Amino acid sequence: MFWLLFLALLLVFAASLYIGAQRSRQVAGPNTHVLHSRPSYHGGYLAIMATVPALGLLIIWSIAQGPIIDGMVVGQFSDEFEALSLPEREAFLRDARAIAFGGIVSFTDELKEAAAAIYENLYRISNMAMTVLIALLVIVGFRRGYSSIEPKRRTRHFVERAVMILLIACSVVAIFTTVGIVLSLIFESIRFFTMIPIHNFLFGLHWSPQSAFAGAGEVVDANPEVFGAIPLIAGTLFITFIAMLVAGPVGLFAAIYLSDYASNTVRAVAKPVLEVLAGVPTVVYGFFAALTVAPFIRNSGEGLGLDVSSESALAAGLVMGIMIIPFVSSLSDDVISAVPQSLRDGSLALGSTKSETIRRVVLPAALPGIVSAMILAISRAIGETMIVVMAAGLADNLTINPLEAVTPVTVQIVTLLVGDQEFDSAKTLAAFALGLLLFCVTLTLNFIALRVVQKYREQYD
Amino acid sequence: MTDVAASPPAAGAPSQGQGLHTSDAARKRLKARYASEARFKFFGIAAVLTAAFFLVLLLSTIVGQAIPAFNQHYVTIPVDLSQESLDPNNEGEAVLRRVDYDAVVRNGLRSLFPYVESRGDRRTLGGLVSSGSAVRIRQAVLDDPDATIGQTSFAVPLDDVADLYFKGQVSEERFVETTGEASPTGTEGTIQILSTANDFRDLLADVKDFLGEQADEVERELASRERSLERAEIDIVSYRDRMPEEGADRREFFEDQVQILERGINGLNANIRDLTAELADLRARSTAAGADEVLTTELPSILVEINGGVVKASSINATAVEGEVIVPLTTTAAASGGDWSIREVVLPERNRKLDDRSLIYLDQLAAEERVERQFNMIFFSSGASREAELAGIWGAVVGSFFTMIVTLSLAFPLGVAAAIYLEEFAPKNRLTQLIEVNINNLAAVPSIVFGLLGLAVFLNTFGLPRSAPLVGGMVLALMTLPTIIIASRAALRAVPPSIREGALGVGASKLQTVLHHVLPLAMPGILTGTIIGMAQALGETAPLLMIGMVAFIVDIPSTPVDPSTVLPVQIFMWADFPEVLFRQKTSAAILVLLAFLVTMNALAVILRKRFERRW
Amino acid sequence: MSTTNVQDAAQDMSQQAETTTAHETAAQSSQAPGSDVAPGGTTITDAPPDVIKMKGRNVDVFYGDKQALFDVDLDIGERQVTALIGPSGCGKSTFLRCLNRMNDTIDIARIEGDITLGEQDIYDPHIDVVELRARVGMIFQKPNPFPKSIFENIAYGPRIHGLADTKTDLEEIVVTSLQKAGLFEEVKDRLDAPGTGLSGGQQQRLCIARAIATSPEVLLMDEPCSALDPIATAKVEELIDELRENFTVVIVTHSMQQAARVSQRTAFFHLGILVEVGATDQIFTNPRDTRTRDYITGRFG
Repeated sequence: MFWLLFLALLLVFAASLYIGAQRSRQVAGPNTHVLHSRPSYHGGYLAIMATVPALGLLIIWSIAQGPIIDGMVVGQFSDEFEALSLPEREAFLRDARAIAFGGIVSFTDELKEAAAAIYENLYRISNMAMTVLIALLVIVGFRRGYSSIEPKRRTRHFVERAVMILLIACSVVAIFTTVGIVLSLIFESIRFFTMIPIHNFLFGLHWSPQSAFAGAGEVVDANPEVFGAIPLIAGTLFITFIAMLVAGPVGLFAAIYLSDYASNTVRAVAKPVLEVLAGVPTVVYGFFAALTVAPFIRNSGEGLGLDVSSESALAAGLVMGIMIIPFVSSLSDDVISAVPQSLRDGSLALGSTKSETIRRVVLPAALPGIVSAMILAISRAIGETMIVVMAAGLADNLTINPLEAVTPVTVQIVTLLVGDQEFDSAKTLAAFALGLLLFCVTLTLNFIALRVVQKYREQYD
Repeated sequence: MTDVAASPPAAGAPSQGQGLHTSDAARKRLKARYASEARFKFFGIAAVLTAAFFLVLLLSTIVGQAIPAFNQHYVTIPVDLSQESLDPNNEGEAVLRRVDYDAVVRNGLRSLFPYVESRGDRRTLGGLVSSGSAVRIRQAVLDDPDATIGQTSFAVPLDDVADLYFKGQVSEERFVETTGEASPTGTEGTIQILSTANDFRDLLADVKDFLGEQADEVERELASRERSLERAEIDIVSYRDRMPEEGADRREFFEDQVQILERGINGLNANIRDLTAELADLRARSTAAGADEVLTTELPSILVEINGGVVKASSINATAVEGEVIVPLTTTAAASGGDWSIREVVLPERNRKLDDRSLIYLDQLAAEERVERQFNMIFFSSGASREAELAGIWGAVVGSFFTMIVTLSLAFPLGVAAAIYLEEFAPKNRLTQLIEVNINNLAAVPSIVFGLLGLAVFLNTFGLPRSAPLVGGMVLALMTLPTIIIASRAALRAVPPSIREGALGVGASKLQTVLHHVLPLAMPGILTGTIIGMAQALGETAPLLMIGMVAFIVDIPSTPVDPSTVLPVQIFMWADFPEVLFRQKTSAAILVLLAFLVTMNALAVILRKRFERRW
Repeated sequence: MSTTNVQDAAQDMSQQAETTTAHETAAQSSQAPGSDVAPGGTTITDAPPDVIKMKGRNVDVFYGDKQALFDVDLDIGERQVTALIGPSGCGKSTFLRCLNRMNDTIDIARIEGDITLGEQDIYDPHIDVVELRARVGMIFQKPNPFPKSIFENIAYGPRIHGLADTKTDLEEIVVTSLQKAGLFEEVKDRLDAPGTGLSGGQQQRLCIARAIATSPEVLLMDEPCSALDPIATAKVEELIDELRENFTVVIVTHSMQQAARVSQRTAFFHLGILVEVGATDQIFTNPRDTRTRDYITGRFG
């Protein structure tokens, strides 16, 4: 229904563009320069007058009619609904809707059939009303617009203002997205923290949500002892640490070499190599980690007589490090190249070698930028999901042995949410709490990185 | 060094450099400094080479795994698709649809192997072809009955493990040249084959070696178990030691831990006992020279091909084997050296997916020239399947396509519009600064958080369908938005003010200036940024997992609201399956994905090179 | 270089003299009697300095295909200030940068000819450029102190060359250098403050102190005062005068007044050619070559 009306409005819009333009030419007579605005703007004016109010109504009505009608159905059966819990109520409504409009029904009974009948009725009425109102708005808008087209009318200003409003609206989407993220995360996390106290979450040492409930499907109070996030945080930090051990030196030295030592041919080859490494999707890295790196580490370790997990932190960290190398390298390269040549000249003129110049003058000058780059790389590693889902472990484990399996935050988010979810259980909501934690940490790190660069920026010049 | 005639250095001045910098001590220092320089440079080169090495390793691993997946073996079997057997009363499609095509396939296969009689053997035989063969025949009959009905043979795909056999990936095999004359004692059942020469001796030695290697491995495992035992015992002691100092709660916890450890120790001890016994047995057998050896499924298989038949050895000594006849011999006549052969399948039967019988049956099919290798169209044209040989990426590709369309149609207009407003029109006040900071932050948020947003808002609050490219596209659009905005702003900024001034000078309004003059010039940069953003979105997996595009979808989606999956998620799902062919197909799918990405990035680079102007 | 090229170069130069000095009717009459015309075509007005520290012979410099210096012969006297003057783009900075091989850092630069420090050809493959630059220091047009403390700026050179064995030695070198640069009194209380926090003139004197700290034999200065205000300039010029007691100084300047104030010998470059060199008084009161006279009297440049 929605799409049908939407399409119809689009057609009206297109038609009005043409009609409005024609009308303006008609009204102007032989001298079109009498018109303040070009005919196309008159067309736009008419189109906007005719369709925009109707479009607004369409959107608002479509969004609102669902919950409102749901509410009316619930009102009809208020006695029976008293006894049901929230999930049961939602299931009931879902089934009733499915009976009425087609879809998967779990089971049916008289009550649901009755509800379905009411649904069908209400929706029919609602749709009819909506269509009538929309048609009304279109007609009224069109007539007003049409009759007001005359040479002096400054339709161009009108249209341009409308376009500006549209542009502003688009800009605001970015804010809405952030607000949406923050709100949804906070909202669900608060629901989580009503079930599991926050200090259990932040300071608990044991993470095992699968064991939180006595049996499947039973509504039981979750055991707060098994929602401790510390092993996850430790796991994330450990893997990130290993990743930075690889990516930090390799990325930095590659950047130094490429910016100060490499010939143009070497740079022409090396930069694309790094760009390709950066462009490989993380799922491919994860596959590589699970297929090649982890077994290799396992076999080497066992050859040396060590016990190595097939999901060792070393494997996951190593591959994540490889993924981050181009990130560190390109950021560092930018920063190192930004150090003025005059400093390098001054150092060389004092009789220092190139490496001394780099080590003692260039790098210290570029240090804030490099530190910032490392922080951003750490932030990226912390938020990385696929590599660890495919190569790291699932069980919580507090250890500093890289040959054991640890589990990071992102893996747990995925594990908790993939598969059947009941949206109210502590298990599912725990994922949101973890997501909030992740979001806050990465945001803070990015903020710090920015501040580091800003604060120390006036070093030279 | 000769001294330049010069007045002596003035008193109090730092001593003039000539001697200072050219002395032996200075020269030595210089050498050390240059050594340090060389080391530094070496690290730089090493870093670049390391990155290159990893890339090469990654690509070669994937490509190596992927190449076998591009071919698929088919076997042509005789089938009875006559009108009489399928639809005797000519009732048409309804009847044709219900025919038991599995039986058609089974009967066809069996007709080639008359000697296969037991139920187990028949099941083995049936397992050699894909379980989807029946479906394919049915599809052919229904799609084109006139052409298909009446056919006497049909090419069906081999099961994934059988396919691997013909790609040489089941096991290493060794053939032994025979010199002696071999005399079989029968043509069926359990027989002996005696050779006049010591043809079996080397094989016997091989088997002994194999036992030795197994013994080594058991020894290693034993050592590992013993280490675990030690550790557990140490832990128990430490718990016991610390217990008196702890409070009641902790003591209870420690007690529990000790109990767990003790249970573990019991298990370990039992384990160690078994392993020790096994080790002794293996060592004994491997070192006993020349005796008879019984071939179990844990040992390499030895097959003797003689007189048109195949015998699977169950015991072997230097001059003879005893075993079961798999393919009946034609005669018990002696075969001279060179006319019969011994084949060793190195990987023990227990560790293989394909047992000896299967290998032999497949060999027969190959010998009858019924096996053909074709380009793997299934991979490119089918949807997902749990059967490795039937799985394809087409469903995921279409899903990705729909998702990308949704992403592009949302992110591009929104992103460009926002960029235009922010760059050209927005007043420089707190609000716009806030928006800018916001956008930069969004660009750095982990992708999984966007997935959570999609789950909470799109699926839950708005009730949109799970697993649909529509929702996936919306989530990815939000992710790509900051990239497009930032790139577009940079492109707009790069257009020099003189263009704007020129347009304003002839009386264009601000909006007209931007839309008619600035935007077209900035378009190449905007498109480049968009393509790059889309390439990133194409490779995204985590957020789509959150919104459920991970279901098992067999049908190809036909609209953006049908449940589907995308290529990277398909790769993720397949990576979990153990079958070797799935591993290969995963790699092949990765290559397809990388091909798309490379194309998109190359397009962006070409666009940039061709249209970028240097103002 | 072959004789034919010399003749050609001489031809070129007299032709150039004709075109640039539009008022002269005869090129020959531009040269006063009693002067030598050395091979290469430069006019040497004076006898060479007493003790020669650095010598350039037949120096050609190319940037890619473009030639920037043509067959330059120049002696730099020890313990005196030699000024290189000339209009923009005449090659004086290029020549200066040859003296400590800073042109090596430019990929497309190519140097031919001989330049010696003492008896040694500094472009000899066996010569260590690092060692050379410790002996021939340079101060740049725009002060470029490192983003480190004042102390660390000065200590940098001695540190990398290992000139101080103990911390006290290092401190002594720093203090001495600052004193010699006339900066010590102004900064003695804040040696840990960043060098970039000083005023322009102080920064340049810091750079001079930094260069002195490695005990060089020669100091090259590339328009050291062009970024400074008049008062700072005066201080630096005063410093240069003091420095010549212990160092050989070569200074490039676009200000003739500065050259007149500060140097004992002056060399005039024009379009890549060394036109005239001699005692500063002589050059500025009685230049032999018309081009020199025109430049000094402000006809061009």
